[in-house]
Amino acid sequence: MYASERWGKRVNSKRPVNLDITTIKLPLPAYTSILHRISGVLLFIGLGFLLYGLELSLASEESFGALKVLLTAPLAKFINWGILSALIYHLIAGLKHLLMDVDVGDGKESGSLGAIITLVLSIVLIILAGVWVW
Amino acid sequence: MVTNITNLSRSGLYDWMLQRLTAVVLGAYSVFLLGYLVVNPGLQFDQWAGLFDETWMRIFTLLALISILAHAWIGMWTITTDYLNDRAFGTRSVLIRFPLQVVCFIALFSYVIWGVQILWGL
Repeated sequence: MYASERWGKRVNSKRPVNLDITTIKLPLPAYTSILHRISGVLLFIGLGFLLYGLELSLASEESFGALKVLLTAPLAKFINWGILSALIYHLIAGLKHLLMDVDVGDGKESGSLGAIITLVLSIVLIILAGVWVW
Repeated sequence: MVTNITNLSRSGLYDWMLQRLTAVVLGAYSVFLLGYLVVNPGLQFDQWAGLFDETWMRIFTLLALISILAHAWIGMWTITTDYLNDRAFGTRSVLIRFPLQVVCFIALFSYVIWGVQILWGL
Protein backbone atom coordinates (compact mmCIF):
# COMPACT_ATOMS: atom_id res chain seq x y z
CA MET A 1 0.00 0.00 0.00
CA TYR A 2 1.26 3.44 -0.91
CA ALA A 3 1.72 6.01 1.83
CA SER A 4 -0.75 8.32 0.18
CA GLU A 5 -3.43 5.63 0.28
CA ARG A 6 -2.80 5.01 3.97
CA TRP A 7 -3.10 8.73 4.63
CA GLY A 8 -6.20 8.92 2.50
CA LYS A 9 -7.86 6.19 4.49
CA ARG A 10 -6.91 7.71 7.82
CA VAL A 11 -8.05 11.19 6.78
CA ASN A 12 -11.38 9.88 5.65
CA SER A 13 -12.22 7.56 8.50
CA LYS A 14 -10.55 8.70 11.70
CA ARG A 15 -10.31 12.49 11.51
CA PRO A 16 -12.16 14.02 14.45
CA VAL A 17 -14.61 16.58 13.16
CA ASN A 18 -16.28 19.14 15.36
CA LEU A 19 -17.34 21.87 13.02
CA ASP A 20 -21.03 21.69 13.81
CA ILE A 21 -21.56 25.41 13.46
CA THR A 22 -24.56 25.36 15.80
CA THR A 23 -22.43 24.20 18.74
CA ILE A 24 -19.80 26.93 18.39
CA LYS A 25 -20.15 30.43 19.81
CA LEU A 26 -19.34 32.56 16.78
CA PRO A 27 -17.28 35.74 17.20
CA LEU A 28 -18.26 38.93 15.33
CA PRO A 29 -15.83 38.36 12.40
CA ALA A 30 -17.65 35.05 11.72
CA TYR A 31 -20.91 36.95 11.22
CA THR A 32 -19.28 39.52 8.91
CA SER A 33 -17.83 36.59 6.94
CA ILE A 34 -21.24 34.91 6.61
CA LEU A 35 -22.76 38.24 5.54
CA HIS A 36 -20.02 38.53 2.91
CA ARG A 37 -21.19 35.20 1.47
CA ILE A 38 -24.89 36.09 1.66
CA SER A 39 -24.29 39.47 -0.02
CA GLY A 40 -22.30 37.67 -2.73
CA VAL A 41 -25.22 35.33 -3.48
CA LEU A 42 -27.60 38.32 -3.55
CA LEU A 43 -25.31 40.06 -6.07
CA PHE A 44 -25.20 36.90 -8.20
CA ILE A 45 -29.02 37.03 -8.41
CA GLY A 46 -29.16 40.85 -8.55
CA LEU A 47 -26.91 40.96 -11.60
CA GLY A 48 -29.89 39.76 -13.66
CA PHE A 49 -31.82 42.88 -12.62
CA LEU A 50 -28.81 45.11 -13.29
CA LEU A 51 -28.33 43.73 -16.80
CA TYR A 52 -32.04 44.12 -17.51
CA GLY A 53 -31.73 47.76 -16.42
CA LEU A 54 -28.62 48.27 -18.55
CA GLU A 55 -30.41 46.77 -21.55
CA LEU A 56 -33.40 49.12 -21.14
CA SER A 57 -31.09 52.11 -20.59
CA LEU A 58 -29.11 51.53 -23.79
CA ALA A 59 -31.61 50.02 -26.24
CA SER A 60 -33.32 53.30 -27.20
CA GLU A 61 -34.31 56.70 -25.89
CA GLU A 62 -37.85 55.37 -25.29
CA SER A 63 -36.70 52.37 -23.23
CA PHE A 64 -34.35 54.70 -21.31
CA GLY A 65 -37.38 56.79 -20.38
CA ALA A 66 -39.37 53.66 -19.52
CA LEU A 67 -36.59 52.56 -17.15
CA LYS A 68 -36.66 55.96 -15.41
CA VAL A 69 -40.40 55.56 -14.87
CA LEU A 70 -39.96 51.95 -13.74
CA LEU A 71 -37.38 53.02 -11.15
CA THR A 72 -39.92 55.29 -9.45
CA ALA A 73 -42.04 52.27 -8.43
CA PRO A 74 -41.66 51.35 -4.72
CA LEU A 75 -40.80 47.70 -5.45
CA ALA A 76 -38.17 48.71 -8.03
CA LYS A 77 -36.65 51.18 -5.55
CA PHE A 78 -36.52 48.49 -2.89
CA ILE A 79 -34.80 46.01 -5.24
CA ASN A 80 -32.43 48.76 -6.38
CA TRP A 81 -31.56 49.63 -2.78
CA GLY A 82 -31.22 45.93 -1.88
CA ILE A 83 -28.70 45.32 -4.66
CA LEU A 84 -26.82 48.52 -3.73
CA SER A 85 -26.71 47.40 -0.09
CA ALA A 86 -25.34 43.99 -1.03
CA LEU A 87 -22.76 45.65 -3.28
CA ILE A 88 -21.67 48.14 -0.59
CA TYR A 89 -21.30 45.46 2.05
CA HIS A 90 -19.58 42.99 -0.27
CA LEU A 91 -17.13 45.67 -1.45
CA ILE A 92 -16.18 46.83 2.06
CA ALA A 93 -15.92 43.29 3.46
CA GLY A 94 -13.86 42.43 0.37
CA LEU A 95 -11.47 45.32 1.01
CA LYS A 96 -11.08 44.06 4.57
CA HIS A 97 -10.29 40.64 3.12
CA LEU A 98 -7.53 42.10 0.92
CA LEU A 99 -6.06 43.91 3.95
CA MET A 100 -6.10 40.66 5.93
CA ASP A 101 -4.25 38.98 3.03
CA VAL A 102 -1.36 41.36 3.71
CA ASP A 103 -1.59 40.68 7.46
CA VAL A 104 -3.49 43.83 8.40
CA GLY A 105 -6.25 43.20 10.91
CA ASP A 106 -5.99 39.43 11.14
CA GLY A 107 -5.24 39.18 14.87
CA LYS A 108 -7.80 38.38 17.55
CA GLU A 109 -8.40 41.97 18.68
CA SER A 110 -7.69 43.69 15.35
CA GLY A 111 -9.98 41.18 13.63
CA SER A 112 -12.88 42.15 15.88
CA LEU A 113 -12.11 45.84 15.32
CA GLY A 114 -12.03 45.24 11.56
CA ALA A 115 -15.43 43.53 11.76
CA ILE A 116 -16.89 46.49 13.70
CA ILE A 117 -15.46 49.00 11.20
CA THR A 118 -16.84 46.94 8.30
CA LEU A 119 -20.33 46.88 9.83
CA VAL A 120 -20.44 50.55 10.84
CA LEU A 121 -19.06 51.80 7.52
CA SER A 122 -21.50 49.57 5.59
CA ILE A 123 -24.53 50.68 7.62
CA VAL A 124 -23.67 54.36 7.08
CA LEU A 125 -23.21 53.91 3.32
CA ILE A 126 -26.32 51.70 3.02
CA ILE A 127 -28.40 54.43 4.70
CA LEU A 128 -26.89 57.03 2.34
CA ALA A 129 -27.72 54.75 -0.61
CA GLY A 130 -31.31 54.57 0.66
CA VAL A 131 -31.49 58.38 0.77
CA TRP A 132 -30.08 58.48 -2.77
CA VAL A 133 -32.59 55.94 -4.13
CA TRP A 134 -35.69 57.46 -2.45
CA MET B 1 -6.85 12.17 -1.60
CA VAL B 2 -8.26 14.68 -4.03
CA THR B 3 -12.00 14.14 -4.39
CA ASN B 4 -13.03 17.54 -5.68
CA ILE B 5 -12.90 18.00 -9.43
CA THR B 6 -15.22 20.95 -9.95
CA ASN B 7 -13.08 23.88 -8.77
CA LEU B 8 -12.01 26.34 -11.45
CA SER B 9 -8.24 25.96 -11.77
CA ARG B 10 -7.73 22.60 -10.02
CA SER B 11 -5.56 24.58 -7.59
CA GLY B 12 -6.82 26.40 -4.52
CA LEU B 13 -3.92 28.83 -4.81
CA TYR B 14 -4.79 29.92 -8.36
CA ASP B 15 -8.48 30.18 -7.43
CA TRP B 16 -7.45 32.34 -4.46
CA MET B 17 -5.36 34.65 -6.68
CA LEU B 18 -8.00 34.84 -9.41
CA GLN B 19 -10.64 35.69 -6.81
CA ARG B 20 -8.58 38.70 -5.72
CA LEU B 21 -7.54 39.96 -9.17
CA THR B 22 -11.15 39.87 -10.36
CA ALA B 23 -12.25 41.52 -7.10
CA VAL B 24 -10.01 44.51 -7.85
CA VAL B 25 -11.50 44.84 -11.36
CA LEU B 26 -15.07 44.58 -10.02
CA GLY B 27 -14.39 47.03 -7.20
CA ALA B 28 -12.93 49.58 -9.63
CA TYR B 29 -15.84 49.14 -12.08
CA SER B 30 -18.49 49.42 -9.33
CA VAL B 31 -16.94 52.55 -7.82
CA PHE B 32 -16.53 54.14 -11.26
CA LEU B 33 -20.10 53.47 -12.41
CA LEU B 34 -21.71 54.42 -9.08
CA GLY B 35 -19.56 57.56 -8.93
CA TYR B 36 -20.60 58.44 -12.49
CA LEU B 37 -24.29 58.10 -11.58
CA VAL B 38 -23.87 60.09 -8.37
CA VAL B 39 -22.08 63.05 -10.03
CA ASN B 40 -24.52 63.03 -12.99
CA PRO B 41 -28.01 63.40 -11.51
CA GLY B 42 -30.74 63.82 -14.11
CA LEU B 43 -28.63 61.87 -16.62
CA GLN B 44 -29.99 61.95 -20.18
CA PHE B 45 -29.99 59.14 -22.76
CA ASP B 46 -27.48 60.75 -25.16
CA GLN B 47 -24.78 61.17 -22.53
CA TRP B 48 -25.37 57.68 -21.07
CA ALA B 49 -25.38 55.98 -24.49
CA GLY B 50 -22.33 58.05 -25.44
CA LEU B 51 -20.42 56.66 -22.48
CA PHE B 52 -21.18 53.08 -23.56
CA ASP B 53 -20.25 53.91 -27.16
CA GLU B 54 -16.66 54.50 -26.04
CA THR B 55 -14.36 51.59 -26.79
CA TRP B 56 -12.60 51.84 -23.41
CA MET B 57 -16.00 51.65 -21.62
CA ARG B 58 -16.99 48.55 -23.60
CA ILE B 59 -13.64 46.95 -22.76
CA PHE B 60 -14.01 47.92 -19.07
CA THR B 61 -17.59 46.55 -18.97
CA LEU B 62 -16.74 43.30 -20.74
CA LEU B 63 -13.71 42.86 -18.47
CA ALA B 64 -16.00 43.34 -15.46
CA LEU B 65 -18.48 40.76 -16.81
CA ILE B 66 -15.77 38.17 -17.44
CA SER B 67 -14.40 38.93 -13.97
CA ILE B 68 -17.86 38.24 -12.53
CA LEU B 69 -17.91 34.91 -14.35
CA ALA B 70 -14.69 33.81 -12.62
CA HIS B 71 -15.31 35.59 -9.30
CA ALA B 72 -18.88 34.41 -8.79
CA TRP B 73 -18.05 30.89 -9.99
CA ILE B 74 -15.30 30.55 -7.38
CA GLY B 75 -17.58 32.09 -4.74
CA MET B 76 -20.60 29.91 -5.52
CA TRP B 77 -18.37 26.84 -5.80
CA THR B 78 -16.96 27.60 -2.33
CA ILE B 79 -20.42 28.04 -0.84
CA THR B 80 -21.88 24.91 -2.44
CA THR B 81 -18.93 22.74 -1.38
CA ASP B 82 -19.00 24.21 2.16
CA TYR B 83 -22.69 23.76 2.90
CA LEU B 84 -24.15 21.26 0.43
CA ASN B 85 -21.72 18.58 1.54
CA ASP B 86 -21.82 15.02 2.84
CA ARG B 87 -22.15 16.20 6.44
CA ALA B 88 -25.30 18.13 5.64
CA PHE B 89 -26.87 15.91 2.99
CA GLY B 90 -25.29 12.47 3.29
CA THR B 91 -23.05 10.57 0.89
CA ARG B 92 -25.18 11.48 -2.14
CA SER B 93 -24.83 15.22 -1.56
CA VAL B 94 -23.17 15.52 -4.98
CA LEU B 95 -26.62 14.96 -6.49
CA ILE B 96 -27.72 18.24 -4.92
CA ARG B 97 -24.42 20.11 -5.22
CA PHE B 98 -23.51 19.36 -8.83
CA PRO B 99 -26.83 20.37 -10.48
CA LEU B 100 -26.74 23.64 -8.54
CA GLN B 101 -23.16 24.28 -9.72
CA VAL B 102 -24.31 23.66 -13.29
CA VAL B 103 -27.17 26.15 -12.83
CA CYS B 104 -24.68 28.71 -11.45
CA PHE B 105 -22.37 28.29 -14.42
CA ILE B 106 -25.15 28.52 -17.00
CA ALA B 107 -26.51 31.65 -15.30
CA LEU B 108 -23.07 33.31 -15.20
CA PHE B 109 -22.25 32.33 -18.79
CA SER B 110 -25.64 33.70 -19.87
CA TYR B 111 -24.90 36.98 -18.07
CA VAL B 112 -21.72 37.38 -20.13
CA ILE B 113 -23.45 36.64 -23.45
CA TRP B 114 -26.36 38.93 -22.53
CA GLY B 115 -23.88 41.67 -21.63
CA VAL B 116 -22.12 41.30 -25.00
CA GLN B 117 -25.47 41.66 -26.78
CA ILE B 118 -26.32 44.78 -24.77
CA LEU B 119 -22.93 46.42 -25.28
CA TRP B 120 -22.83 45.86 -29.04
CA GLY B 121 -26.56 46.35 -29.56
CA LEU B 122 -27.11 42.88 -31.01
